[in-house]
Parts: sequence; C-alpha cells; structure tokens
Amino acid sequence: MVRSPKKAAVAAAEPIPNRERPPEPARFEASREQLLQFYREMLLIRRFEERAGQLYGLGLIGGFCHLYIGQEAVAVGLQSAMSVGKDSVITGYRDHGHMLAYGIDPKVIMAELTGRAAGISKGKGGSMHMFSVEHGFYGGHGIVGAQVPLGTGLAFKHKYAEDGGVCLSYMGDGAINQGQVYEAFNMAKLWDLPVIYAVENNKYAMGTAVERSSAEPLLYRRGESFRIPGIQVDGMDVLAVRGAAEVALEWTRSGKGPIVIEFLTYRYRGHSMSDPAKYRTREEVQDVREHRDPIEQIKRDLAAAGVAEEELKAIDNQIKATVVEAAKFAEEAPEPEPTELSTNVLVESY
Amino acid sequence: MPIELKMPALSPTMEEGTLAKWLVKEGDKVSSGDILAEIETDKATMEFEAVDEGTLAKILVAEGTDGVKVGAPIALIAADGEETSPSPPPGEGESSAAAQGEGARASSTPPLPNPSPAAGEGLETPSDQKTEASPIETEQKQKADTGTAQLTGKPQAEPEVPEGTATVSTTVRDALRDAMAEEMRRDERVFVMGEEVAEYQGAYKVTQNLLQEFGPKRVVDTPITEYGFAGLGTGAAMGGLKPVVEFMTFNFAMQAIDHIINSAAKTNYMSGGQMRCPIVFRGPNGAASRVAAQHSQNYGPWYASVPGLVVIAPYSAADAKGLLKAAIRSEDPVVFLENELLYGQSFDVPQLDDYVLPIGKARVVRPGKDVTVVSYSIGVGVALEAAETLAGQGIDAEVIDLRTLRPLDKATVLQSLSRTNRMVVVEEGWPTCSISSEVIATAMTEGFDDLDAPVLRVTNADVPLPYAANLEKIALIKSADVVTAVKAVCYR
Repeated sequence: MVRSPKKAAVAAAEPIPNRERPPEPARFEASREQLLQFYREMLLIRRFEERAGQLYGLGLIGGFCHLYIGQEAVAVGLQSAMSVGKDSVITGYRDHGHMLAYGIDPKVIMAELTGRAAGISKGKGGSMHMFSVEHGFYGGHGIVGAQVPLGTGLAFKHKYAEDGGVCLSYMGDGAINQGQVYEAFNMAKLWDLPVIYAVENNKYAMGTAVERSSAEPLLYRRGESFRIPGIQVDGMDVLAVRGAAEVALEWTRSGKGPIVIEFLTYRYRGHSMSDPAKYRTREEVQDVREHRDPIEQIKRDLAAAGVAEEELKAIDNQIKATVVEAAKFAEEAPEPEPTELSTNVLVESY
Repeated sequence: MPIELKMPALSPTMEEGTLAKWLVKEGDKVSSGDILAEIETDKATMEFEAVDEGTLAKILVAEGTDGVKVGAPIALIAADGEETSPSPPPGEGESSAAAQGEGARASSTPPLPNPSPAAGEGLETPSDQKTEASPIETEQKQKADTGTAQLTGKPQAEPEVPEGTATVSTTVRDALRDAMAEEMRRDERVFVMGEEVAEYQGAYKVTQNLLQEFGPKRVVDTPITEYGFAGLGTGAAMGGLKPVVEFMTFNFAMQAIDHIINSAAKTNYMSGGQMRCPIVFRGPNGAASRVAAQHSQNYGPWYASVPGLVVIAPYSAADAKGLLKAAIRSEDPVVFLENELLYGQSFDVPQLDDYVLPIGKARVVRPGKDVTVVSYSIGVGVALEAAETLAGQGIDAEVIDLRTLRPLDKATVLQSLSRTNRMVVVEEGWPTCSISSEVIATAMTEGFDDLDAPVLRVTNADVPLPYAANLEKIALIKSADVVTAVKAVCYR
C-alpha cells in the first residue's frame, strides 16, 4: 500500500514515544574510608603502570604494552560498585588497571608482563591477554571491540542462569566504531541483557582524535537507535564515576536491559609504549595533568574530609613498596618450562 | 645510592637510539611523569619520562649522541636528601630494575610492611575454570551420569554396539536434531542459537521442534548478525554455558571467524588453561546445489589449521549423531561441518539411549586390500561409489572416513597405507592448502616406506564454484575421477 506523503510527513514530525530514562547520576558521597580506598587503588594503578613502563624500557617487558596512566578513576570508580563473585567484567587490551582495580594480585599481573611462569596466564598471554575467572574477570582481549559481543554473551549467561549478575563491558573511543559493537547492542536490548557498556573516551584511538574518526562524537548517544540509554560523565573524577555506576547498576539489575556510559578521560602516555604521541601537544597533556588529574582531584576531597598529608604519605610509601615487590617478583620468577609450549591448547585429549 | 637511568627501549624492535635532547639539567629536581629527554628511535622521536623522584645528579650521555645502546646508563638520579654531586658511573653490577627501585625506596623512606591493598593471595595457582560450577547445572549432572559412553579426558575406544542392537533408518537432519535434543535434556547449560532456528524451525529444518520442547529461552532466534551472535555465544561459553551456535551456512561464518579463532580457539591457551570456551559452531559447509561461489565453499581446511579448535565433518547419520553429542559435551570449542546435500540422506543409526562417538577417530567404512581411499563428509559417498565400480574391475579399495579433521587420526590412515601401499585422497573442496594436502604430507613424511606410488588426490577444480549446471558439474568431484586416480596409483 502506498502511503500518502503528507501523512508520512505528519508521522515523522511527531516526537518519538518517550522512553524511560535513567536519572542523572549524582557525585557519589564517599565516606572517609571509601575516599582513602579510592586513593589507594588509583595510586596503585599509577605506580604499577609507571613501573611497567620502566621495565619495558629495560627490555623486561616485550611486545605491546598499553598503559592506563591518567584513566585510573574510571576503573576504580566502576569496580568499587561491582560485586566480585556475582558480576563479570571484560575489557580490551589496556587491561592492567582494570585488573588491579578488581583486586587481582599485582605480582601475578607484573609477572605476566615479564612473561614468567608465575604470571596469571603462565606467561602465555602477556599484557593484552590476562584473565581471572575466579574474580569474574574475563580478559584481556587483543582484538579491538571483540570484548563487546563477548561481554554481551556474559550478560546472556547472567540472565540465562538467573544469577543476578551484571556484566561490565569496557571499550574505548576506537572500539565503539566497530560494527560488531552495534550487532551486540541490538541483541542486548532485544533481549534486555544486564550489561553496562563503559566507553572510556580518552580522546584518541591510537593517534586518531575522536572528531576525526566519529561522525557522532558524543559517544554516549551511540546506543540510542537501539533504545539503549546513555549518560556522559567526567571520567577523571572517581566520585562522578562511582555515581554513574550506581545509576547503571540500578538500571541493569532491575531488568531494564543495557546502558551506555561514556567516561571523558585522558591517557597521559602514548597508545602503547612505542607511540611517540605526536598527534597532540605537550601543552595539552600538561594541562590535563595540572587541572584534571584524578589523583590530585581526590586529594582535594581527602583534604576536605580532614585526611592529613602524613596519612597519604604513608599510603604512598605502602604502594611504592607493593609495586617494588611486584617488580622484583616479576623479574626473579622463572620463565615457563619449555614443556609448557604445548600444554593448554585443548582442554581434553582426543 | 643514586638511581641509574638507562637508555630505554621504546619499541619492540629498538636496539639503539639517539639521545636527541635533554629537557632537564644537572641539579634539577625531577618527579614521576616529568619528561627528561627526547630520544630518537628507529621509528620516531619519543619522550622519556621519569619514574623515580629525586635530583638529576649527573648526565652521562650528552645530547646529540648517536648509537646509544639500549640499557646503557645515560644519567644518575639522587633520591631526596642524597648527595647530588656527580659520582663515578656505577659498574656493571647493578643491572636489575627491581634493585634500582629498592635502592630508591631504601634511601628515601624506611621500609614498611607491605599491606598489598587491593590484592588477594589466591591467584598463585589459578584454579581451573569449572563450568560445572554453574548453579543451574547441579540436578542435570545427576541425570547425566546414566550415559553409557561419556567423553573423559582420555582417548577411548569406539563404543561397542552390542550384538543384535536394532538400527533405525534416520536422515542426517534428524540425527543432528536428535543429538541436540538429547544433550539439551541432559544438560541445562546447552542452548541453541542462530538465524531461524526457533520459530521458523530451522532454515534447513535441523532444529525442527526444538522450540516446542525447550522453549524460547533455550532455542534463540538471532538477528542476521553472525559476527555479533558468534561473539555473544563465545562469551556465554566463557561464562560457563554450552552454546550450540548454528550458522545458516559456514559461508556466512566468515563474518564471524574472528570470534571462532581469536576469541574461542585461543582462550584456553592464552589464559594458561584458566578460561575455557566449550562451544559448538555448526551448520552446512561446502557446495550445495547451484548456489554459486559465495555459498559453496568448504572451510574444513581453514578451521583445521587452527590449534585450539576441534573440527568435525561427518558423513553418515550415525556419525553425525554420535559426534555432535560428543562435540556438545566437549570442553573445547568445536567447529562441526555438516553438508546440505547429506541432510536428506538416510543411514542406519543404532538404537541406543546414549550414542556418543569418540572425537579424533577415523572409521574404515569399507575394508579393502588394494588401495586406501581417504575422504570426509560428502566425499565419502563419492569414494564409496567409486569403490563399487572398482570392485567390478578387480580392485579392492579400502575407504576411510576421517570424520574428525582436527585432530587428524593419522594412525588409522597410516595403518591402512601400510597394508595397501597406495593412496588416493578425495575432497569436496579446493586442492591448495587442503585436508588432502595434509594427508599427502603425512603419507610422505610418516609413511614413505609404505608407498608404492605417489599419492594422488581428487578435489574440486581450483576455481570459484560456477553457477551454470554444466560448469558446476565439471568443477565438483565425481566418482569417475576417483576411479581414474585409483587406477593410476595401482598402475592399471
């Protein structure tokens, strides 16, 4: 049947039927203890990554190594709201920070970076391929965007098993342009799967700025045509991140399906260790360091909560010791036995 | 003790570089994140950042110096309170990064107990992922133990089909359906997903009536998005479910091959055995009838080349049933290649409660003494037809159905070769880098002394499959070509 053009025009002018939307997230009101914990975890990530960069320079870490420095507030704020043992987490190749925030031992992460038998993947995975099923951490995936359908599958499992869990699926501003992301979005909403798509927008997909790669640079809107609501938050403020996590978890746990959160964040280092980062100015990086640094920001919150400088200094020293110990462990641990070459290819023997 | 800064490796391939410029001078305070120098690598100019805090005590390599080896000391940093006067460069003794770090800590702050704030201790020996741990599974497990021939971690002999066991004539289509239904009854973690698998009852009716029995939760219609649903199924398997992902044909799985290979096949290895991916990707493979090049490819060789995958390509209905049940029970990712032209063919299937076959075992489908004809999937039918013709001409051919393409049952093939001393490989697919290439290489490297003639192969023509009926016929394998090849290796 041919529709009259006039009628179609009228129909198009009508607003889209309103959909339920999550409330605007508020900045999380953290207790003194929670503030200290956020500080501790963010500092651990920063010091760990700095040390990893150093070990890379010394040739102890090889291949690709993507550091999380600058983005600490996203992982720490999000992970602090998740329930280990019930929820699941999956991410791409910039994974060290996510694992540390999830409470995984820095020693076995660093030992994986140095390719040792004591590493979390027995030295067979490396920087980009680390997993801890025990913690509900499903990797650590090296193909840009692959973790999005995989994470949607983990959410499918939560719904199928009725275990109350939610999957937190991270991606970057590069991954969100992958076609498979939208295939996953479609199924996630079609089946109302409990999945939080956390988009870490650090402004550059390797060396390509968001504006140069994305027709719609407001990434939180990318779920809208699938009826997935999106919110945008300051990813450099751990309390804003945690506030958004609360809203997203409430939304997904109540059976309303997926949600997209875009975190505006920044990485101080290059895309990987071998990136000279000539696509941005030194001044731009310095400006973020000086005005938006997540650790400096929480220091101000800590000061307002009456935490003394000495208390923070003591934490700094503890973290330094933890990281030094992890590096020492990772350097001294033996490499995998040659016989490990052919183990774990298959689970069963045929 | 001052910290020695070394020429960093700033790319995976860098061996030396140019110290282009110092951005700090001796006596400057430096803190973590400060940019100390610019270094030219083989690829680019990089900034070199400080990790440690202190004062730049001494520059050891002047700016503008070329050919500075990675690891060579370039400067000294003194920790706070340390003497900053230039000191002689330390000897070779201190080469460990950890030692440097320890030095920094020891000189600036007293040692502290290590509270390891965010860490658990439990990861030194990561426990195997137990898919059995899924809460929904417990009661199913009890039901499951009545099975007669379960796959364990060890190879096992083919199950005895007791003397006098009745058989029932079954199509390959129904055998596959029965296998899925039986496994779904047995294990609640098993579910089926794909295009048109539920309400449409299967594009080729392989999933007929599964929706009626198991409901939409376990028989899931997907959008036409192979990449997405293959990834979703893989993620569900990582989470502990046992998905059976149907591709309407394996031609469309090329859209999804990244998840089959990068996500499913490599996970167990990359995680050091910690994370499994028990999933079955199944659907028709190879040429159907007059559907032309994009819908007619055999992907057996592609998947069989990938470590971490199990690849099965059955011919008969009994094998289709017994091997699909084994595939669903496997803890490994399985690519299960069916054939559209075989779906409607009937074979005798043993009437047993739980007919499960071992993965990785070929079958001698027709014993013979003069020549070994190796094939799989629809090629087995072609080989059997040729064997009948050859029998009439006095040549007794042994026909082997590989059934599993990875791991390949070389022992059965080589054992047969040692008796017949002649071999022909029949494959409905392209010749280059194929399963026949692999079988021939095996015969040459491991059965050379048994060969009385070069191994020949009969494959499809090395062209995209044409549409025109006459051209298609020329391109596909035929029993007459097998007869010719067998006669050639028998010097007849």
